Amino acid sequence: MIRVFFAEWRKLRRPTLFLGTMGAVAAVTALVTSVLFLLIDSRNGNGREGRTITRQTLELPHGLSLGFSTSAGLLGLVALCIFASQTAQEYTHGTLRNLLVRQPKRLTLLLGKFISMVSFAMVTVIISAVVSISLAFGLSGKAKVITTAWTTGDARIAFLHTFINVFLSVIAYGTVGMILGLIFRAPIPAISLGVAWLLIVENIIAATVKHSGRWMPGQLITTISSGGDITASYLHAMWVVSAYLVLGVVVVSVLFRRRDVAN
Amino acid sequence: MSTQSNPELAISVKDLTKIYGDRPAVSHANFEVPLGTVCGFVGPNGSGKTTTMRMLLGLITPTGGTGVILGQPINHPERYLHRVGAMIEGPAFYPALSGAENLRVLATLGGYETDQVQGLLERVGLGDRGDSKYKTYSLGMKQRLGIAAALLPNPQLLMLDEPTNGLDPAGIQEIRELLRDLANEGTTVFVSSHLLSEIEMISDSLVMLRKGEVIFAGKTQDLLLRQQPTIIAKSSDPQDLTKLLEIAHNAGHEGTIIDGAAHILGPTDWAPILNKMAFDAGITLSQLAPMLPSLEETFFEMTGDSE
Repeated sequence: MIRVFFAEWRKLRRPTLFLGTMGAVAAVTALVTSVLFLLIDSRNGNGREGRTITRQTLELPHGLSLGFSTSAGLLGLVALCIFASQTAQEYTHGTLRNLLVRQPKRLTLLLGKFISMVSFAMVTVIISAVVSISLAFGLSGKAKVITTAWTTGDARIAFLHTFINVFLSVIAYGTVGMILGLIFRAPIPAISLGVAWLLIVENIIAATVKHSGRWMPGQLITTISSGGDITASYLHAMWVVSAYLVLGVVVVSVLFRRRDVAN
Repeated sequence: MSTQSNPELAISVKDLTKIYGDRPAVSHANFEVPLGTVCGFVGPNGSGKTTTMRMLLGLITPTGGTGVILGQPINHPERYLHRVGAMIEGPAFYPALSGAENLRVLATLGGYETDQVQGLLERVGLGDRGDSKYKTYSLGMKQRLGIAAALLPNPQLLMLDEPTNGLDPAGIQEIRELLRDLANEGTTVFVSSHLLSEIEMISDSLVMLRKGEVIFAGKTQDLLLRQQPTIIAKSSDPQDLTKLLEIAHNAGHEGTIIDGAAHILGPTDWAPILNKMAFDAGITLSQLAPMLPSLEETFFEMTGDSE
């Protein structure tokens, strides 16, 4: 398992992938956090989907983490793309046969790859957190947000909760990506279908069918990242998302273990 | 799936079969490859060579039959693959990584020393290109990198699928020498090709496949013994060729006319006798050449196919 982990990291650490991804994550987080503080008085809102997050809300202990948690959806999409492409490209490059000759235990290979990508996702979450927190302190003065509550124990606990929730949501998005990668065995259909479903289809269904958001995986993963919201409770979201993912993982594990590697 | 293992054999398969839908890709294949030898695995494109190799490497589940690799059944590839090097259906690597880094990925995965990567690159003639990205490699260089990857585990058994594809004649010669050297060091080499002429020189034994069925499995020498020596004779007058065939037939040698020359079955030392008989019959020969058919021709003769 540990050998699979380090072998996968040799691919993940290549500069174009690693620096490109981390740069994109930092940029996206910076954008979201900047909008949150710099458009605080805008009538068009400063939060997700045009919502307004007031100065008073930002001054609360969890206000420090709001930029970070708002970035979770975008971090999730990055994770979905990375997990899907790193998995599916083994088929398109034909490299899966090399991997299986060197590690014939297929489920060990799959789990090692997954853990490796989870650690990669952890780095993206840490970078996002660092950028968001730094910018929050940096922009608080310009936005006239009082930061006294941000340095309290409550703020640290709120940040820890946010970090765990964002990390869990990113892993959930990544797992969806890996499942799609294993089903489609090609990065482009896996990523395009995943992104189209999560960004477009789910939002259309959620807007047109009442309470459907309570059962949509993408909506519920977002609920997890924010620690529960008007769509569903945190616990409900955790249970439903876990059920979807376990089902998906079992199906693709059986497929991966049994399917002939003929390309 | 169980089968008795013989410690003298690197590969042993019995009734190995793979059926896709109702089409048998490999049908009841039976052959053995002794340890420490070079075995050529030959057959036209689409004859089932790659499918057989994939089954031996645990990439494809056989529909039927059994197989033993290095004493272990093929349904437990984890028991023998650490001693096997393989390149199947051409090289496959990550385009954005360098050749050396690609090898390090596989070395890390297999638990082999990454320090040996440069040495392996030099062994296959890529010593100065290891740091170049794989996507910049020519087909021949990719093929060499594939062979280097197969050598990573210092294998007891090396399985190579068409390793000379894309190589120039000098490269083909180098690969032949490398395979022979590996066999001399004790590695069993199982190498496939659709061109028998490419590997007949280095193969101790041959397995010939046609339409998924093994049509010959044995020592190359045994196949050589099946070769019928032929005398090729030409005359300036084409009508003399028919007369020449008649003379040969009366002397107990059969022949036929191919491309304006008489091809008469007979040993080399019968050629001067044929020459004298032709002269006595008033036929002047412009060419008289005894020759052995290639193994490829013998192969086609055995299979009754001239493709």
